[in-house]
Amino acid sequence: MRIVVTVKFVPDLQSTRSFTEGYVTRTADDGTMNELDENAVEAALQIRELLPEGECEITAVTVGGPDAVAAVRKALQLGVDHAVHVSDEAIAGSDVFGTATVLAAAIRKIGEDAPVDLVITGMAALDGLTSMLPTALAQYLDLPQLTLASTLSVADGAATIERHLDDAHVTVSAPLPALVAVTDEANKPRYPNFKLIMAARSKPVTTYALADVGVDPASVGAMAARTSVVDASPRPPRENRVIVTDTGEGGRALADFLIERGLA
Amino acid sequence: MSDAIIAVLVERRGAHVAQPTLEALTLARTLGRPVAVWLGEEPPAAAVEELAAYGADEVRFAVVGDALRLPAAAAAALEAATADATVLVIVSNFTNKEIATRLAIATGAGMVVDAAGAEWVEGRLETIQTVFAATWNVRTRVNAERAIVGVRPNTTQAVLAEAPGAGTLVAVDVEVPASRETIVSVEPQAPADGVPLSEASVVVSGGRGTRGDYALVRELAGILGGAVGASRDATDEGWIGHEHMVGQTGTTVTPALYVACGISGAVHHRGGMQASGTIVAVNIDPEAPIFEIADFGVVGDLNDVLPQAIERLREHKAS
Repeated sequence: MRIVVTVKFVPDLQSTRSFTEGYVTRTADDGTMNELDENAVEAALQIRELLPEGECEITAVTVGGPDAVAAVRKALQLGVDHAVHVSDEAIAGSDVFGTATVLAAAIRKIGEDAPVDLVITGMAALDGLTSMLPTALAQYLDLPQLTLASTLSVADGAATIERHLDDAHVTVSAPLPALVAVTDEANKPRYPNFKLIMAARSKPVTTYALADVGVDPASVGAMAARTSVVDASPRPPRENRVIVTDTGEGGRALADFLIERGLA
Repeated sequence: MSDAIIAVLVERRGAHVAQPTLEALTLARTLGRPVAVWLGEEPPAAAVEELAAYGADEVRFAVVGDALRLPAAAAAALEAATADATVLVIVSNFTNKEIATRLAIATGAGMVVDAAGAEWVEGRLETIQTVFAATWNVRTRVNAERAIVGVRPNTTQAVLAEAPGAGTLVAVDVEVPASRETIVSVEPQAPADGVPLSEASVVVSGGRGTRGDYALVRELAGILGGAVGASRDATDEGWIGHEHMVGQTGTTVTPALYVACGISGAVHHRGGMQASGTIVAVNIDPEAPIFEIADFGVVGDLNDVLPQAIERLREHKAS
């Protein structure tokens, strides 16, 4: 079994996030692996643990500038076997379709050694939160799409997931190879332990440029992006805020506020 | 661009049209000629009439069957129904985003999701949205010839068209592609409070401060006609189902009114509700970060504050 997990380098949720010239500011100081990708890594690790030693190999792959290597390093600390970082100046400014194109090419490259059985992604990245990438990646790789998976089981050459939608819980199954996107309900990610952190330091990260994975630079990056940010500005704080301390009339004040605003 | 065809994917609740669709049609009218797309069996007359009342010139329907649950099949149907559309407006939710992403790849359309509005600027569609836990406003231009825009519920006020659209019913033929995915089972889930959390115009949420007792939160939600939400702390404790979780990894909500009860307002939670119209908070801790983004806050015990507020709101309703 060969599994590829995609991970993304994003600004830390607790940090001050911003835009620089229309792009998300990404620096190593306050960047980290997207939290929801921890669920993807965990899902892969749990599959490996169910198989005999040496019968499952997990590769984490990321696309991004030099700092983005931090995302695959984190995956190594969590216990994946290999790490691939696709980095090329021409990728900067890519939209989700550009990023998915590069990821798909990298996964095909990884598949040249031996076929990849499962691609696992998180449900969304906590910077853009568009959750479009898993679908795009499935389409570019021409793999069955098992997204929004709240549960995942792999057996007899097939993957089965449960999708918890507003109106129904839907169970979907597909033969491998397939793409699975897991939600934060799917599992509880582990913390890296000291031994793994030390071991991760000596593990190599394979770095590819666009040419290595066979992607035409003109097909990705800012010039190929179908959308571009034309303006970004911090939202002004809310005005006329009122905070009262309850001394016996707090509930009444709250109700009166709603009534005055026409909200009740 | 006023003669451009603006397709709107109808969000259905069984045989009914969900409120966000009427909002999307209202927005579509400002961009061009709205055409509603109904995926499924022929829509009932009442639904067609309602879509027309909000401006739909045509109501196109495509029969897909059970495969509608599969993004690739739904996208094929949507593609067939929107071949002549310059813009497709969808309600921004997980399943629609999956379908629309496939359509964007098939057609080369530029796609923006979670938008709060859209307009033509020099012949290009521009959208506005909030990002980074609603701390930034962003304006995005679609560079491609076709655009797909996902709009958040409650960001446009649904208004009847001055003159209703013709609402001409058109059947669209679809060749559903063979799929490798198999639907093993479908277990229908009854919506908890009628309106899905993501679409509710009022949300009342409870967090750690409830200590697991949601009676007051539910009562306040009931009287305000809202849905019940929760913080991740509360769902992690198992006090309330995961489907109630408001936050960056749960449901993102943008109601006209958000009431946070006993929720400190961690960044995770704020990311899922900060773009709400009016924010009201009740918390015992005056330092709780939720107060930084609240229009109105009460520092106090929710077990004192909520019963009094509920009583006052009842009086007001009765008067």
